[in-house]
Amino acid sequence: MTIDPMVLAAIAAMAGATYFTRIAGFWLVRRVRLGGPLSGALAAMPGSILVALIAPTVLSTGPAETGAALVTIALAWRLPPLVAIAGGVATVVALRALTG
Amino acid sequence: MPADDGRADAVRDGAWRGETAAALRVVVPAAVSMVPFALLIGFLARQNGLSTAEALLMSAMVFAGSAQFVALDLWSWPVPVASLALTAFIINARHILMGAALMPHIAGWPKRLAYPALFFLADEIWALSMARAGGKPLRLSYYAALAAPFYLTWISMTTLGHLMGAAIRDPARYGFDFAFTAIFLVILSGLWRGRSTLRPWIASAATAVAVWYLVAGPWYILAGGIAGAFVGGLQGVHADDD
Repeated sequence: MTIDPMVLAAIAAMAGATYFTRIAGFWLVRRVRLGGPLSGALAAMPGSILVALIAPTVLSTGPAETGAALVTIALAWRLPPLVAIAGGVATVVALRALTG
Repeated sequence: MPADDGRADAVRDGAWRGETAAALRVVVPAAVSMVPFALLIGFLARQNGLSTAEALLMSAMVFAGSAQFVALDLWSWPVPVASLALTAFIINARHILMGAALMPHIAGWPKRLAYPALFFLADEIWALSMARAGGKPLRLSYYAALAAPFYLTWISMTTLGHLMGAAIRDPARYGFDFAFTAIFLVILSGLWRGRSTLRPWIASAATAVAVWYLVAGPWYILAGGIAGAFVGGLQGVHADDD
């Protein structure tokens, strides 16, 4: 159970950089008066970031991922989240086996 | 937006019980899906010569899966401190947008609690918080009940991964890599508000895929998020439900 000083420095630097990103947006937007276009932009942001996170996997990785994404969305329409997630994972495993 | 004061969660009215139960229902699937990755990160830390204590400390202090994954990929001796910090910043830059989007929902929290709470703003915590804020005020007790199990699972499972060593398998073998995509798709389906959501999402998807093809690294997330927000700004607030 040893901690090397250089490793500690690296971990602390990574932690500082990460924490900065987590408070910077909050800090900045607190200081602006919200209204008009900015409110519209903020309202659209959560969905847009999530879409951006998954877009390459869903749209341009392969038929298994695209197919499993469609199955997940269809299941999420009526069924509990856990069922939709499990169904999506099961579909990706099955389709990857089929498509090689 | 009805930004709820954290102090409104008076312990005496028992509201925190309902908040905690609701948060646990949604965070447990996310925490379970994350386990194979936490184990893998612990294993990679061991392979790169980090001690168990160092692996634990990294997960506890950084608490950012993708940044830790890439850092361990870049890891060498002597430790490249500056490039590891820069890498963590670039990979986590998306959190700047996430914090901005979250701000209206937590503006009422006391500052001395909001800033420490933001330490726990991992992707999943943020996404589940936004999903909650779409229907109800986001309370600090709800956020805490999301963050605590997720954080403790992350730390304990990366440590376990380090201890287990070579017994760890690649999560992609069992499709676990897709679990995150599936979770985000489920959250997205909850954020759907009709046509006004469609245009920003199309702009985001198209930009993200284009940037993903053209530029190496995680820039596609920022680019897509900004493109979607830009289109959202142009069309104004249509689905304002407060």
